[in-house]
Amino acid sequence: MSTRLQKGGRLIDRSTRAEFTFNGRRLIGHAGDTLASALLANDQMLVGRSFKYHRPRGIVAAGPEEPNALVNLGRADRLEPNQRATTTELYAGLEAASQNHWPSLDFDIGVVNNYLARFLPAGFYYKTFIHPRAAWKHLFEPIIRQSAGLGSAPKETDADRYEFVYAFCDVLIIGGGIAGLQAALTAGQAGKRVILLEQTAHWGGRAVVDGDTVENESAEEWVTSAVDALKTMENVTLRNRCMGAGVYDHGYVLANERLADHTPGDGRPKQRVWRIRAGHIISATGAIERPLSFAGNDIPGVMLAASVRDYVVNYAVSPGDRTVVVTNNDDAYLTAITLVEAGLSVPVVLDARAQADGPLPSRARALGIRVETGRGIASVKGGKRVTGVQICLQAGEGAVMEEIACDAVAMSGGWSPVVHLWSHCGGKLIWSETLSAFVPDSARPPLNHDGSAMVSCVGAAAGVYDPADIIAGTDSDGAATAIVPVWMMPQGAPIGLRSKMWLDYQNDVKVSDVQLAAREGYESVEHTKRYTTLGMATDQGKLSNINGLAVLSQALGAEIPQVGTTTFRPPYTPVTIGALAGEARGEIFQPLRRTPMHDWHDQNGAYWEPVGLWRRPYCYPRAGETHDQAVQREVINTREKLGLLDASTLGKIIVKGPDAGRFLDMLYTNMMSNLAVGKCRYGLMCNEQGFLSDDGVVARIDEDTWLCHTTSGGADRIHGWMEDWLQCEWWDWKVYTANVTEQYAQVAVVGPNARKLLEKIGGMDVSKEALPFMQWADGSLGGFPVRVYRISFSGELSYEIAIPASHGAAFWDMLHREGAEFGAMPYGTECLHVLRAEKGFIMIGDETDGTVTPLDLGLGWAVSKKKADFLGKRGMERTYLADPERWKLVGLETLDGSVLSDGAYAVAPGTNENGQRNTEGRVTSTYYSPTLKKGIAMGLIKNGPDRMGEVVELNKVDGGTVKARIVDAVFFDKEGEKGNA
Amino acid sequence: MRRYSVFAIAREALRYHSGWERAWASPTPKASYDAIIIGAGGHGLATAYYLGKNHGITNVAVIEKGWLGGGNTGRNTTIIRSNYLQDPSAAIYEKARSLYETMSQDLNYNVMFSPRGVIMLAQTHHEVRGYLRTAHANALQGVETQFINAAKVKELVPIINIDGPRYPVLGGLWQPRGGTARHDAVAWGYARACSDMGMDIIQQCEVKGVRSEGGKVVGVETTKGYIGTKKLGIVVAGHSGQVADMAGFRLPVEAVALQALVSEPIKPCMDVVVMANTVHGYMSQSDKGEMVIGGGTDGFNNYTQRGSFHHIEETLRALVETFPMISRLKMLRQWGGIVDMTGDRSPLISKTPLGNCFINCGWGTGGFKAIPGSGWAMAELMAKGEPGPLAAAFSLDRFKEGRFIDESVAAGVAH
Repeated sequence: MSTRLQKGGRLIDRSTRAEFTFNGRRLIGHAGDTLASALLANDQMLVGRSFKYHRPRGIVAAGPEEPNALVNLGRADRLEPNQRATTTELYAGLEAASQNHWPSLDFDIGVVNNYLARFLPAGFYYKTFIHPRAAWKHLFEPIIRQSAGLGSAPKETDADRYEFVYAFCDVLIIGGGIAGLQAALTAGQAGKRVILLEQTAHWGGRAVVDGDTVENESAEEWVTSAVDALKTMENVTLRNRCMGAGVYDHGYVLANERLADHTPGDGRPKQRVWRIRAGHIISATGAIERPLSFAGNDIPGVMLAASVRDYVVNYAVSPGDRTVVVTNNDDAYLTAITLVEAGLSVPVVLDARAQADGPLPSRARALGIRVETGRGIASVKGGKRVTGVQICLQAGEGAVMEEIACDAVAMSGGWSPVVHLWSHCGGKLIWSETLSAFVPDSARPPLNHDGSAMVSCVGAAAGVYDPADIIAGTDSDGAATAIVPVWMMPQGAPIGLRSKMWLDYQNDVKVSDVQLAAREGYESVEHTKRYTTLGMATDQGKLSNINGLAVLSQALGAEIPQVGTTTFRPPYTPVTIGALAGEARGEIFQPLRRTPMHDWHDQNGAYWEPVGLWRRPYCYPRAGETHDQAVQREVINTREKLGLLDASTLGKIIVKGPDAGRFLDMLYTNMMSNLAVGKCRYGLMCNEQGFLSDDGVVARIDEDTWLCHTTSGGADRIHGWMEDWLQCEWWDWKVYTANVTEQYAQVAVVGPNARKLLEKIGGMDVSKEALPFMQWADGSLGGFPVRVYRISFSGELSYEIAIPASHGAAFWDMLHREGAEFGAMPYGTECLHVLRAEKGFIMIGDETDGTVTPLDLGLGWAVSKKKADFLGKRGMERTYLADPERWKLVGLETLDGSVLSDGAYAVAPGTNENGQRNTEGRVTSTYYSPTLKKGIAMGLIKNGPDRMGEVVELNKVDGGTVKARIVDAVFFDKEGEKGNA
Repeated sequence: MRRYSVFAIAREALRYHSGWERAWASPTPKASYDAIIIGAGGHGLATAYYLGKNHGITNVAVIEKGWLGGGNTGRNTTIIRSNYLQDPSAAIYEKARSLYETMSQDLNYNVMFSPRGVIMLAQTHHEVRGYLRTAHANALQGVETQFINAAKVKELVPIINIDGPRYPVLGGLWQPRGGTARHDAVAWGYARACSDMGMDIIQQCEVKGVRSEGGKVVGVETTKGYIGTKKLGIVVAGHSGQVADMAGFRLPVEAVALQALVSEPIKPCMDVVVMANTVHGYMSQSDKGEMVIGGGTDGFNNYTQRGSFHHIEETLRALVETFPMISRLKMLRQWGGIVDMTGDRSPLISKTPLGNCFINCGWGTGGFKAIPGSGWAMAELMAKGEPGPLAAAFSLDRFKEGRFIDESVAAGVAH
């Protein structure tokens, strides 16, 4: 059994007990425990079920490489699925539950897959479930989906919050073992701005666990003084519980700091994402021990040798009373020594190598530990827990020589440097024969913007394991590890054993699966990975990849470096999605743009509509009114009395300079340079293709200043468009642009009583004579400084009044107060739409969709024929755009007065070659007109303007059609008397 | 070819699966072929498959620089839908979708096409009108779609938040017969079928040059030597510009990286595919249980198939807002694929200035869903030398004529 030892445990505080639950069972751990160590201390080795066969799974490792010990942590709005027990710090009240089983961890129906395993090899699902066709969707897939997946899906909104920070440094060091600390000391002492990150809560890495000696001190002492020294340096930032997640172009690094994972609900953000721009990155990320591939290596109780050591030394937890050690290198002997020194039993060390004479094997022998060389494990006995091992010759085929009872197996297949961060951005690897591992090829590093090496690796991440080498910066080339590669145990294992050798514990990929993939032609390492799912589990192959590709290379008769690795992708370990999304949630999910009158709208019952990042009132429903009724009331009131519109979102861009007129002539399809000061002109902008992209009224302010109004949604885009041309193409033109959209509030005062209101307020002459249609004037109204434009998007007598944003709310209040006697009411965007549609005014985004030209819309009058060039001119001349048969703008009226459906198409007889119904037009805008008391629509119809009075058929989504007559698009006040009043 | 079936598996299980044959051969190139296709991704392999199946042309080589299916076929988010707006797009994507329905049976390889349904959320009034338009267009195009209200969206996707404070869900365009498929399996299934027809799939073979005589293609220079051909199909997605350059012409195409990611696997919580274009993100749950997430393209041209962070952040914000429960899931892996974008975001299936040389590219961010339709149309073009009805609109000439097929009208986001 696994249990807590009576003494030791460098990280636990025995005086502080932490009560927690696992599958509802109350257990006790200590402060400083991980969830995994606390579970082991309570003899809970079985912690989950594998993905495919639902085999029992125990804790294998002690760090982020753990593939098995995944739990549902917490519950309700703090439920976190797939949490690794090995990296979860224990806290009082922690609730954990095992995953992927039904009805219980101990008795799981899904284990039936295990008994059928022979029928479910790699890729079996590609070869079956093919017939009958409907069965995949309705039968097979639902079963597969239900048995797949791991943790529970959270059901509630996350109770926690997250934050991110930006940081900059000269040197970013990732990994707080002795290699990282030494690198930080060197860079810190050289005066560099240094950030040092360590993923765990503790400094020192392996050296402090293994009791190494560093510069004639114990590693523990050396690490303490190194950290103390670094803490005194102002240019050094230390962060533990902070994982270097990903390396991106130009020294950009993402790191994930766990702030309150171990103190949930304490009010702090749960996690913090660091976005670091580093001059240079040093990866001191250590190495991960590899399992050995022998039959039954997945049975709970089989663990990585160094992890066994971690549990004993750090947490005073023994994974087993009798632990067999199996290895192909010297390092695992330290585990045997550690166990024996802790008073535990190591019945045998099985060493696959022919000889083992290094210092550690000698020490082990001196302690009286039985060492068998040239031996391996034929098979592990046990079900939910190891009960023994069968010993065989490594060089043989698995004939059992002896059976030894034990309750744990500590295995070591050697070490793989953690090269993830090196590789994320293109660092290349090289195969080291002496280490039997891929190590960073320092000749082919990831490159920075200036061609320099962006990342370098130190310590075990570079394949340097000896502390003396690490501190001295030398490399004795792995002599200390004395590894002999062993990719299969025993070497000549028959298929019966190979199909019980696990490579990927979580996804249930075995040696036989990789061999099958190779046999079937899935020879590329990427094919093998995808066919077998090797390395695709939540540990992303940290334990399985190298072993798997070694098996693959043997199966292909190729060298390991030829086969290569799969791609290392960020993040190094999975990162909580909420942390990556940061603080952008709810109301502030995106920046909210507010007009000065925003709060008034809110207080007056506005029903909001998002328009870009703005919100605009769609309408202002009164008690008992539907939205439709509110819109109709607003339309009637504006037509008959007085409507007030918050038009502040309208784009306003100042274009100024000696070349401003010339510039605008290129930008607009019509002429702007000849616009007189004081006048307004409606203008159109096209993209280079000749399609209409925006419209608005341009006012000439003075000799070299124009103010361009754009659509609300188009302001930023058009400003960017202007700058694009000015900066990239016409950089020598003397033009400045400024987007002043938010500098002004703008109010449209619309309706027959508009002038009455302004005259009542007083301050400037707004008479027809003083301020005729399509002119503007500066002045004051009611004491406010204003600029008044006589323009109309409704067909009514209309003044658009711009006022410095700071006065907007007060001015708006005054208009309502003073306008009450004239029937003033606010109106929203939908009323605006109806008003403009009644007048046949186009709306960008409705009548246009990026495929419509000004000529299609009957706006040829606004397309200059005199100008030598403008954006879109050449595009418009292309055959398809100049085709006389194009769909053109008309009005549409149903024969029965009903409202046409949005987006309906005009059907034409017959079908095209692809069997699709022919069409001859479509509806672009359709509304109920309260003014005319019937449905009105605008649409693009083939040759429409030449077909006035004709009846076309518009389709309905259910298959029927509606008849509509082609009419003039101007439905109301065709002579324009009202607007000119 | 030995057929796959549950009986075959049972038979093989008895002998530890020792009898399975190669899914596809690994041949050395012949001196010449009737047709060569550059690019053994989904589109290239599908082209080869339909050349054989529909046109009886089997003396075909598919040449691949890396490993088959290793480009965008193996990097996409596996969404299949055909609810496109413009007629030519709807035609080819619907053809593709219908071929996906029977692909497992056609290829005797389970590509796991799962018509779980696709919803495109409408979160602004403008978007509502846009999808109503698509629904009307689809009704005439023979594509089964429906505009559904917010309550129905919630019923189909219980984990969605339809009352978000910023962009409440107003409805959605629902294509019940859209869905997902296992992307790798599509490439593998086609490769196996092509190999079975006697075609040569030549991996690890990079094309270094295109040889022509008298304005017509005669062969390709490769890292495995010169290979002659009567016809050449260039089907290389992100690297189309480079291969076109070897063939002596330029393309109106640019390459950018499209970002995607998956979460750790969890138990089933979402059956349908959801695309949220206003906030920029889309998500489905794979059979394995991972939430498969996509977003946008990087704002600059490049050829590195790497993940970058900026779009991931934007996408995840959007999806946490749309599906609050994903906040406590974890991002397992992120990556990028190089997509080839044309000016109108629609593909090219076209003759080229070089005789007997044809191009199929420009699928941009939505190529996976098109694979069988694209291969069908490209095979017809290569076999006959002239485009059939599916390909006709997707010619290179359209950029000269201004006859764009602009889908950005309906789908402003990568898909």
